Amino acid sequence: MRIGILAVQGAFAEHIAILRQLEVEALPVRLPRELKGLDGLIIPGGESTTISHLIQDYNLMAEIRSLAEDSLPILGTCAGMILLADKISDSELEPIGVMDLTVRRNAFGRQKDSFETELKIPALGEKPFPGVFIRAPIIEQANSGTEILARLADNTIVAARKGKLLACAFHPELTDDPRFHQYFLDIAAGRQ
Amino acid sequence: MKTGTWKVKTGLAQMLKGGVIMDIINAEQAKIAQQAGACAVMALERVPADIRAAGGVARMADPTVIEAIMKAVSVPVMAKCRIGHFVEAQALEALGVDFIDESEVLTPADESHHVWKHDFKVPFVCGCRDLGEALRRIGEGAAMIRTKGEAGTGNIVEAVRHMRAVMDGIRQLVKTPQEELMAKAKEMGAPFELVEEVHKTGKLSVVNFAAGGVATPTDAALMMQLGADGVFVGSGIFKSSNPEVRAKAIVRATTHYKDPKIIAEVSKNLGEAMPGLDIKQIPTEELLAPRGW
Repeated sequence: MRIGILAVQGAFAEHIAILRQLEVEALPVRLPRELKGLDGLIIPGGESTTISHLIQDYNLMAEIRSLAEDSLPILGTCAGMILLADKISDSELEPIGVMDLTVRRNAFGRQKDSFETELKIPALGEKPFPGVFIRAPIIEQANSGTEILARLADNTIVAARKGKLLACAFHPELTDDPRFHQYFLDIAAGRQ
Repeated sequence: MKTGTWKVKTGLAQMLKGGVIMDIINAEQAKIAQQAGACAVMALERVPADIRAAGGVARMADPTVIEAIMKAVSVPVMAKCRIGHFVEAQALEALGVDFIDESEVLTPADESHHVWKHDFKVPFVCGCRDLGEALRRIGEGAAMIRTKGEAGTGNIVEAVRHMRAVMDGIRQLVKTPQEELMAKAKEMGAPFELVEEVHKTGKLSVVNFAAGGVATPTDAALMMQLGADGVFVGSGIFKSSNPEVRAKAIVRATTHYKDPKIIAEVSKNLGEAMPGLDIKQIPTEELLAPRGW
């Protein structure tokens, strides 16, 4: 399986490392030609504003949008989730906008409010998943047909799936737990 | 929920990778930087070139300036405290800045000790000239490292020297046999556990940016090819003739640092770069990089 990782800015190397541990071919994507022949794409954490600006160069944003519409499996983490959503509250930022979600950026506050917590994610099994939230966004609203995968104790939605699109507000790539990536690979392979 | 953990501190630095952090002195410049694609901004009263020109004691910026910048942009906002000035650091943490740079660009407040950064919930970045200095700062709790270079000069030579020294230090440690690591730690003046960790992993445990002298897109890409995880640009943007265009070009060159065609393309028609300084013409006592212990 060949998975591309959008590598214009952010924590792309961490995703590549996890995928290679899972023995999957992982390739950085900076230009549209590098999107060819992929079985899936990961949009990493980073600065959503920066990534949004950089993918407007070379028509990368439009290419990703059209691949998503042709049902390319995509995982977006943190900034990646923001870019997948079709609505961003209080922001002029242009997202890729392929998931039926409304998200809010920096929803917990500034860096001093970044936190770690254990998450219950039924799709990954009983064992709690280590949730790392860094200046994290939340999902304010997930519209019909979107499956909610994880919530915080106060019910805030922090992960969702629609078809082959997967989004989370936290950073599975900063943990030693490969289950979230494995879940994405299972979606990409049609096993989930 | 645990806040201020080592994971969320070093994690924010990981989110900045591949990006450009720009020095700015007001909300208007902050917006220009964000619009150009900066992954964070450094809120200052003066850019390093002006600090150098003004002389005297350089201190933490006025909180009014920092707060105005925090309101103006959504990207992380960093601010500088003096080396060893833990109360400036406390004040910056109270303001809610996202990262503190304990910086040699400001006048040191302590000539023997740095801030004990593990006491803070906010992450710190510190400058270094070689691996020993980097590991001392990480030992004190720095969640991110940068080269010192020579700030405010528009001259990349010192940043190159420091990045090569860090990378060479790592290569040497990887080759050093286990039984010689203690003597190495003594020689480098670095904590043994961190020396041993670099020996085993072949890399620093935190993100390492380039800083101090970046003025052009090719400077930024040079530092990336030498192994930097990202780039700070101080005076290089707002002391140039066309900050908007130059900022955008440096961001693009940092992303596409391995693509000479794109680097050449974005380097066109940028106007005048900031005026540069020859390091050899600067009196020794005015150099910033030797500050830090």
